[in-house]
Amino acid sequence: MDIGAIFENTMRGFIGEQFIFFALAAIGLNIHFGFTGLLNFGQAVFMAAGAYGLSMMVVTWGLNFWVGVFVGLVIFPFILAVILGAPTLRLRADYLAIVTIAAAEIFRIMVRSPTFDRWTGSSDGLGGFATDFYDLSPFDPSERYFFDLFIGNQMWVVLIGWIVLAMAAFACWLLIRSPWGRVVKAIREDEDAARSLGKNAYWYKMQALYIGGVFGAMGGMLRAIGTQSAQPDNFITDVTFFVWVALILGGAGKVLGPVIGAAVLYAILNFSDIVLRQGVESNNIPDSIMSGTQVGQVRFMLVGLGLVLLATFRPQGILGNKEEMALDDR
Amino acid sequence: MTADLPANDAVNDPEAARAAMRDVAQEPGVAKPDPILVADGVARRFGGLTAVDVEHVEVQRGIITALIGPNGAGKTTLFNLLTNFDTPDAGTRTFDGNVIDKVPAHKIANHGMVRTFQLTKALSKMSVLDNMMLGATNQRGEKMWRSMVPFSWKQQEAEIELEAEALLDRFNMLHMRDEFAGTLSGGQRKLLEMARALMVKPKMVMLDEPMAGVNPALTQSLLQHVVGLRDEGMTVLFVEHDMDMVQEISDWVIVMAEGAIIAEGPPGAIGSNQAVVDAYLGSHHGEPLDLDADI
Ligand SMILES: Nc1ncnc2c1ncn2[C@@H]1O[C@H](COP(=O)(O)OP(=O)(O)OP(=O)(O)O)[C@@H](O)[C@H]1O
Ligand SMILES: [Mg+2]
Repeated sequence: MDIGAIFENTMRGFIGEQFIFFALAAIGLNIHFGFTGLLNFGQAVFMAAGAYGLSMMVVTWGLNFWVGVFVGLVIFPFILAVILGAPTLRLRADYLAIVTIAAAEIFRIMVRSPTFDRWTGSSDGLGGFATDFYDLSPFDPSERYFFDLFIGNQMWVVLIGWIVLAMAAFACWLLIRSPWGRVVKAIREDEDAARSLGKNAYWYKMQALYIGGVFGAMGGMLRAIGTQSAQPDNFITDVTFFVWVALILGGAGKVLGPVIGAAVLYAILNFSDIVLRQGVESNNIPDSIMSGTQVGQVRFMLVGLGLVLLATFRPQGILGNKEEMALDDR
Repeated sequence: MTADLPANDAVNDPEAARAAMRDVAQEPGVAKPDPILVADGVARRFGGLTAVDVEHVEVQRGIITALIGPNGAGKTTLFNLLTNFDTPDAGTRTFDGNVIDKVPAHKIANHGMVRTFQLTKALSKMSVLDNMMLGATNQRGEKMWRSMVPFSWKQQEAEIELEAEALLDRFNMLHMRDEFAGTLSGGQRKLLEMARALMVKPKMVMLDEPMAGVNPALTQSLLQHVVGLRDEGMTVLFVEHDMDMVQEISDWVIVMAEGAIIAEGPPGAIGSNQAVVDAYLGSHHGEPLDLDADI
């Protein structure tokens, strides 16, 4: 066993890029579900909007990188929120859930289709849109940084990612402890009560859908920048599922819940990955039980098991409050 | 009861309003001297069932009006129609001189009319104080972008908090300000919902069974609060099954049965009205209704 490698990998999960992408998307989902009570089962489509907003502006239309950032973070999520929210937010909560699941898949399949190849690069996706970003990097691409955890370009993504994540968490905190936050929480608790007190529930839900989508787009865009590609299969339904796992694990309705949840999720994934892999390679885990190619799947089974245990023993998540959760049952 | 609550015009004198009711004829749909709320031809059907079919009804400004009727008479449905939480199949509603047929439910509060719900809607996972502060209207910090600039709303927030605390104090709930509303008892929730409605500073409150499930000791204080609201010039319309309470605090009673207004009159006279007796006890019943008995 190589303890050093295990520790390094776990730390990379705990503070690395994957964690940052998913923490951002989960902050958005927390605004949707944790605070406003919106059932968004298609956060991946907002992430894709961020990724494709940037890459299409730069690659397909040759616009400036920063124009792409603006379109990906502000315009695309806005269009999506209107398309998804306008027909559903007046209806019961389940309608948004159905529409978001469908929208995420429709978007992915459309982007993937050869028909739109000229604009989206179909299944190969788009690349080479992030050079402006890496040009700004103060890190030497051939060096390793931060206890040798990240190479230069990775370090730049992680550093910017952390700054964006900190600002996103701060913005979420500001929103939630404001009168605006009070209104959306009231809508989560009882929409009719909020309306009887003069609050336009529809409008607030639309705003929450949008602002949560913007955070999702940030996650998706950073992911595209980090991997230097926007690909349809980076936004499959599983991605939405991971965002939900991060949120539930950390504690929905707590500002830092999704951040902690994403960190723990990726630490566990990376930890089990390297431990299992080393076990298989050193033959401590015999081939009859698991082969090297199965490690990837088995670690998700472990995460699933962990979730079952969490639901049993700590349903409120890591940061959640048990008393608060129990109020539902009265 | 000195908190400067509703922003009602001083001309609006509850004593005068009550006095004016003495000359009003005791018949269903009768015109009032100074109506604040008028419903005309309002009907609502659920499938084959006609839940509400009100030809005409007026609610006098500045008094306490009780809306009574057997279970399923359509009282709650009428409340929903008057506050636009439900859309009628036909009919016009006028509040304070404005036709409100096309006004969305959330804007009704801005017009000065707030309703409570028969099934209490405490916002469980919010503190009692947050429940209260939610009720204040025109909050600057409720705009999404401004909400992230705290200094632009902190001042107003502090003022709203003071108002909320004053009201909580008045309802003897100040010691619970930081509890989750979900931990309150059923009666306390009724109190909270009523206090929260007052945060809107309405001209008129509509209370759907405010005393249901409230213990007798608390009921008395609740009744006093309702009377207090009227004495400050607010209009109160409330649904209640307990006739003792109706007798005690209401200035006028409107009776519904099977969706229609069947009788109106002062609380002392309504019990001997034949239509009311029939509605409650079935027709062909000879004796006058004993309104002191619980129904
Ligand atoms: N959403 C609905 N769908 C179908 N029928 C309804 C609906 N709401 C009310 N009704 C019917 O309309 C009638 C009037 O109901 P409503 O709740 O207004 O009565 P109520 O006078 O408030 O009675 P209670 O004193 O028991 O509260 C009832 O027969 C009820 O079954
Ligand atoms: Mg009712």
